[in-house]
Formats: sequence, structure tokens, C-alpha cells
Amino acid sequence: MVEQEIIEETTTEAEEKISLATAGQLMWWRFRKHKLAMASAVVLILFYLVVIFAPFLAYVDPELSEAQRSLMPPQPIHWFRDGRFEPHVYAVKGARDPKTFKRVYVTDPETIIPLRFFVHGFPYKLFGVIPTDRHLLGVEGAAIEESLFIMGTDLNGRDLFSRLMFATRTSLTIGLLAVAISLFLGVLLGGISGYFSGTADIIIQRVIEILRSLPTIPLWMGLAAALPGSWSVQQVYLAITVIISLLGWTELARVVRGRFLTLREEDFITAAELVGCSRSRIIFRHMVPSFLSHIIAATTLAIPAMIISETSLSFLGLGLRPPAISWGVLLEQAQNIQALAISPWLLTPVVPVILAVLAFNFVGDGLRDAADPYG
Amino acid sequence: MLGYLVRRLALAVVTIIAISILSFIIIQLPPGDFVTTYIATMSAGGATVSEAEVEALREQYGLNQPMIVQYLKWASQMLRGNFGMAMEWNRPVKDVIGDRLALTVVVSLAAVIFTWAVALPIGIYSAVKRYSIGDYIFTFIGFIGLAIPGFMLALIVMYVGFRYFNANIGGLFSPDLADAPWSWAKFKDMLAHLPIPAVVLGLSGTAQLIRIMRSNLLDELRKPYVMTARARGLPETRVILKYPVRVALNPFISTIGYLLPYIVSGSIIVSLVLSLPTVGPLLLKALIAQDMFLAGTIILLLGVMTVIGTFISDLLLMWVDPRIRLERR
Repeated sequence: MVEQEIIEETTTEAEEKISLATAGQLMWWRFRKHKLAMASAVVLILFYLVVIFAPFLAYVDPELSEAQRSLMPPQPIHWFRDGRFEPHVYAVKGARDPKTFKRVYVTDPETIIPLRFFVHGFPYKLFGVIPTDRHLLGVEGAAIEESLFIMGTDLNGRDLFSRLMFATRTSLTIGLLAVAISLFLGVLLGGISGYFSGTADIIIQRVIEILRSLPTIPLWMGLAAALPGSWSVQQVYLAITVIISLLGWTELARVVRGRFLTLREEDFITAAELVGCSRSRIIFRHMVPSFLSHIIAATTLAIPAMIISETSLSFLGLGLRPPAISWGVLLEQAQNIQALAISPWLLTPVVPVILAVLAFNFVGDGLRDAADPYG
Repeated sequence: MLGYLVRRLALAVVTIIAISILSFIIIQLPPGDFVTTYIATMSAGGATVSEAEVEALREQYGLNQPMIVQYLKWASQMLRGNFGMAMEWNRPVKDVIGDRLALTVVVSLAAVIFTWAVALPIGIYSAVKRYSIGDYIFTFIGFIGLAIPGFMLALIVMYVGFRYFNANIGGLFSPDLADAPWSWAKFKDMLAHLPIPAVVLGLSGTAQLIRIMRSNLLDELRKPYVMTARARGLPETRVILKYPVRVALNPFISTIGYLLPYIVSGSIIVSLVLSLPTVGPLLLKALIAQDMFLAGTIILLLGVMTVIGTFISDLLLMWVDPRIRLERR
């Protein structure tokens, strides 16, 4: 008897908790249940921490090149020394093979270079404003650019790890920016299409259909190749962003239109109309909040495509151009089998691309499931 | 049925016009008209272009006239199959592109066939055996396939092939047959080389299609007629294959409209990595050399090819789905 009462009380408490929860709380609870999405969200947060702290994580200037250090293989870090935690690396010496004239690198286990944390290095501006020269990693008793090669070096002897940090910054922000532009176009055109219907709807739907039936990469290539070679890195960055988003808004517009169509029939919209709300008030006060979560989910799902587009274009040498550093620019060096055969570590940037794309997909999936908490 | 056909055909025509305008814009984008570029390239190659020749070219393409006239002249040249000259090769574009375009079609088709052949059984399996280990494994592989862009997969495949099998798995022909004229042996050689590009190109599309097939079939399996069929004692395979799969197959065919542009797109960049003799490497080379005329033509032909493929899939859909065939409007 007593037991039963307790059970009843707890259920009502739980029910009350659910019935009192805001839509945001309900979404969060549902999202939290999607384990893969939660894990991916953590991965994404880490990625964007790299974006913010790229120069702090990089230990050498990404542009510092030196032919003497061309194509150095990644170097293992030894964490323990005589049983004590003391991370260190062995010194590496470059030499030329007398027979093949290829550069070979020999590690010298006698010379031990200890790793240090939070050390001084090349100067940079944290958040773009605070001048500093602190870096996460450094070495003691040797010049860092001559002794530490976590991921090896590229053809010009630039440190791949440091470059990867900066590339992450470029590639992930270009994805966000491109999606923002697509979102603007998608919401605008999808909204018009869904709210007003009629001729506008038919025209926009046909345009979307046509755009979706075009092979995009050749078009992108054509547009990107026409960018003047004299443009600065920033100009090219912006232009590429616009090119990618110009063809990428269609899916977002489709989602927005679908939402508008279903919402238009809802009772609370009719009620708002009857009360005499203005059109803009109905759209922005009543409709937008109720499909915002769907839009966020669709946007998240659109980001990976943008990242892949940028990477593909830059990989072809038509997107961002050096001195810009992005994942695609880094991968450009791994384009042929000869390069891969000699220096497979040039493929490392593939890993963050795949991780980021997967993470965005899972988070987007989780958000989509959570977007409708009352469903 | 006729209404559907006419609508589809009209859309295809409009799309082709849109593509032609886009291609024309791309040709026009670089500074100077292409005759100037043509002269520059020709004289860089040591050849001289006479004044009369220049005038004839300008006249032929109406370069002194307004943009819209230029476009119409260009388009009518295209319609007549006169694609102009490829500057770098100093040969008609038609000769340069011909074989490569055909091979692009072959590679894309192989990818589509792979996609269908794999996605259909796996999609059915995943829907029927929902939440089984197999379903999870395929879903996982599907996600990976979605996440890896074709060219990266191509890079990885190339590396694995080189590292562990010591073979260069790029190309579409064996070296000794590459320049040989078409023969039965060359054809067989091509078939032997096709699977790798087909898999690399088709994988991400396959992942999408599996998901579509799975969710479509799941929707169908919940419907009462399936239960009726079961209650009547039909064998399980017949229950599934005879009705629900046929209905679920529908969006499967209609997605080819989106699948094809996707695969053609991918083939451009994958061809580069796998050094396939398709139009991909040619397009990149033309773009880098700013031979916009050749590039624009390739973009146009790729677009037209895609539209034709989509139109064929529409016809196929009509053939499969009586609801479309019998529609009267």
C-alpha cells in the first residue's frame, strides 16, 4: 500500500517535470539520449577549440619552409624515460643517400630533446587581438623547428602539424560562412515559396529542381577558375564561400518551404490571422520560432557538404590558393601516387575531414530527432 | 501519361538552356574575349594568326554584337555540333572530347549500376531485419561512405593498392592498350579496370540509397495489405518481394535524377586521382590554362548528359509505376 503511493508520487513528479519543461528543455533531453550525437557534439566543440586556438596549438610558423627538412616522416614521441613521465623526442639528422641522392633522415637516440609545455615560440595574436608567443608545445635545448615533427613535414619542409591546425581554422570557418549564406538564401526563397505559394512557388521550385539536376563540381570548377589570379587570400576565400553557397541553398529552401506549408494550416496561425496580426508578425513571431529547431538541424546537416566542396576545390588547385592553408590545400600535395608512396603522412588531413563530416552528420541527425519534442 | 512526359521533357529542355547559359557565362568570365586568348595562345605556340582569320572568328561568334546575340550564335553553333577549337591541342574540341566523354558515360553508368546492385539487397535486408547486427553494420558502413568524399576514398584506395598489393590501380586500361584502337581485348581490359572506379564513385551514393530504400520499405511493411498477405499464408519472401519492395522501389528510381549529377560531379575529381581518361582531367587542364572555350563546352556536355540520364530515369519510372502511367491530366 505504502509502496504503491510512492510509485504514484514519483510518476506524477516525473510527469509534472515533463509537462512543465520548456520546449528547449525537452529538446535537450531528447538530444541527450542520442549517444552518438552527444559524442559528436563533443568532437565538434574540440574542433572549434582548435579553430580558436590554432596558433597556440601550432608550435612553428606554418609558413616556415626549409628545403633541408623536406618530407620528414612523423616522429614518435617517447613519453617515459627511466620509468618517469618525461616526454621527449630523439634528435633527427638529415643526410643525402650517396647512391640514390634521396634525402634520408636518421634518428639519433643518443641526443634526447625533452618536450616542454606552455613555452615561448613564434609571436601571434590570440583571438586576433592579444599579442603573445606562448605555445602548447615546445622543446628544450634545441630550436623547435629543427627538432619536433609530430606529423612530419611537407615537400617544402613545413611542419604538417602546425599547418593542420591553421587548415582546420580555415576549413571549418569557410563551412560555417558558406552555410550562413545558403541559410539566408534558403530561408528567403523557401519562405517566399512556402508562404505565398502560387506563381512564386512554382518558379522557385523549378529553379531548385534545375539547380539540383546540375553536376555541381564542374560548375564550381568553372566559376572558381575564373577568379582573377591577382586576388588576395581574403578575396578568394570570400569568393569561394559565395560560389559554394550559391549552389548549396536548395536543400535548406526545401526544408523551409515544407515547414511553412505545414504550419500555414495550423490552428494557432489561423487564430493569429483572425486576431488581426500583421503578416510579418505572423511569420517572425509565430512561425519562425516553431520551425527554428528544424532549420538548425537542416543547417547542421548542410555544413559537411560545404566543407567537402571547399576541400575538393582546393584539392584541385582551383579553390583556396597558397599561402591560404586549408585541408584541401594540404591534400593537394598528396595528389599523385608517387607522392603517396614516398610520404604517406601527407594523407593525414584526410582524418580530420572525415571526423568533422561524420560529427556534423551525427549531430545534425540528433538535432533533427530532437527538433520536434512534442512529436 | 502524356502530360507527365511533356512536363518532364519541358523541364529537361529548360534545364539544358539553363546549363548553356551558365556555361556561356563561364566562357565569358575571364577578361578579354576568347579570340584574344586564342590569338595569344596561338602566337605563344609559335603559330601566327592572320588578320583575316581573326576577323572571320569574330564574325562567326558575333563578338562585336551584344551579349544576347553572342549567346544565340554560340548556342546555334553548339546545336550544330560545332564545338570550336581546343586551343592547347589546336584540334577541334569534338575530337579532343569525343572518346573521353564516352568513357565518362561508361564510368558513371558503372557507378550507377554498382550503386543499385548493392543498395537494393542491403536496403531490403536492413528494413526486413531491422535493428539486427547486420543492419547496424551496414548503417555504420553507410555513414562512413557518406562521410568520405570520393576523391579521398580514391587516394586511400590508391595508397592501399600500392602499399599492400604493389600495384598501380589507377587508369582504365593497361598501359600497352591505352593508345590502341578499340578491340575486343581493349574492351575486356576496360571491364577489368572498371570495378575500382565504380566502387569509389558509387559508395557514397550507395549509402544514401540504402537509407532511402530502408525507410521506404519500412513504411510499406507497416501497411495493412502486408498483414493481409501474411494472414493468407503467402511465403515470407513473396510477401516482401512481390508488393512492398515494388512500391518502395519507386523513389529509388526517381532518386537517380539526383544520383546522376552527383556521380558525374564526383567522376571529374575521382578521375584525376585515379588517372581515368574521362573528361575530368581535361576539364581541369582547360580551366588552369584558361581555355574557357573547351572548359565551357565540357561543362555544357556534362550537364546535357546528366539531363538526358535523368530523363531516361523518368521514362523508367513511368514504366515501373502504373500510377504515373495512368495519370490523366
